[in-house]
Amino acid sequence: MIAVLKRDLQLAIRAGGGFGLALAFFLIVVVLIPFGVGPEREVLARIAPGALWVGALLACLLSLDRLFATDFEDGSLDLLATAPLPLEAVIYAKALAHWISTGLPLTLAAPVLGILLNLPGEAYMVLVVSLAFGTPALSVIGAFGAALTVGLKRGGLLLSILVLPLYMPTLIFGADAVGRAAAGQGATTPLMFVALITLGSLAVLPFAAAAAIRVNLR
Amino acid sequence: MSLWEFANPRKFMSITDRVIGPVFVLATACLVGGLIWGFFFTPDDFRQGSTVKIIYLHVPSAMMAINAWAMMLVTSLIWLIRRHHVSALAAKAAAPVGMVMTLMALFTGAVWGQPMWGTWWEWDPRLTSFLILFLFYLGYIALWSAIEDPETAADLTSILCLVGSIFAILSRYAVLFWNQGLHQGASLSLDAEENVADVFWFPLLVCLAGFVLLFVALVLQRTRSEIRLRRVHAIETRERMA
Repeated sequence: MIAVLKRDLQLAIRAGGGFGLALAFFLIVVVLIPFGVGPEREVLARIAPGALWVGALLACLLSLDRLFATDFEDGSLDLLATAPLPLEAVIYAKALAHWISTGLPLTLAAPVLGILLNLPGEAYMVLVVSLAFGTPALSVIGAFGAALTVGLKRGGLLLSILVLPLYMPTLIFGADAVGRAAAGQGATTPLMFVALITLGSLAVLPFAAAAAIRVNLR
Repeated sequence: MSLWEFANPRKFMSITDRVIGPVFVLATACLVGGLIWGFFFTPDDFRQGSTVKIIYLHVPSAMMAINAWAMMLVTSLIWLIRRHHVSALAAKAAAPVGMVMTLMALFTGAVWGQPMWGTWWEWDPRLTSFLILFLFYLGYIALWSAIEDPETAADLTSILCLVGSIFAILSRYAVLFWNQGLHQGASLSLDAEENVADVFWFPLLVCLAGFVLLFVALVLQRTRSEIRLRRVHAIETRERMA
């Protein structure tokens, strides 16, 4: 499992763009928003929580279609599936690698981009915490979507259609937590819901993803 | 005679061949009767005026939109557990019908909301969860049409349906948390004290029955064409082999 994790991380770094690309995308999305809605500081502060969360979510989506596709094409997914390690564990490792290469950098970069959007000062801590709680769910839900579409030639667009509705609860609670913190209210309840979704997804979805991959490899 | 006999496609075809005509006739009778009764022979509501009559389309279609997904969930489970092809095909057949019902509920709601709430659309929990349900239908149908091998497609869409159900329910309650509602509460519950008045309730009941029958008829019809399509493919493959 650790070997799979290491291998995926090395691939992400050496193939170029693993860490950087999602971050750059996040940055561009956040920079585009003031152009779209205008530079008034109050308006930006009002939409900053949602904009940051949607940006992080889209950046997460970006690298998902390569999660299993390259391994499927060169046959290493067959080897992983027949290896003594259960396929569910492989999916945990791959989702974790995806999280380390996208979710974690996004979480760390989010406060900096929050400054660009004039996010109120009380919300930075909650922003980081909510992203840290929520992005693992995004990775593991995305792994499920990628597992469903791995056998398709042009799965990328379909993948986003399948995965984005599944992201909705995480987005609602995550953005709500930051929004409440920005408005000076307590954010504990939505944060706990985000954690609930993450833990639930971690517990259930790798099994569904493994089942989907077994079907696709048949 | 057990339920599983319907899993045999030939048996299914012969039984539905006899059933489908009467179901269509009954559905038409209920819908025509219920809608005419509802539209022309019920009084106007004292606050909503004649717009109240859209209830005869809105409520049944909304009910079927949810129940179609529930039916897909059950048939997906049957396919995953017992691998009866008719079950998978029924799920495939129900999805577009359910999607149209969802659209219809959203559309009639918008038409009603414009004069009543003064807006076509409001980010109300119920409206939003129906929009999300529509997106789930979209993804499900897109996945069916993207995969060529029928067994793989049936397996993957069933898995998606199971996971999607969990997330659809989750979204349903998440949006409650997210925004306050404008939509009125349930007024047709069997256990509630205050419900819609009987004048509206009886024609609505007929319309509900009509929508259920229409759904059954459409799903049966679509399942039958899917089975026929599968047979044609089988014959073609056999001829190519020979």
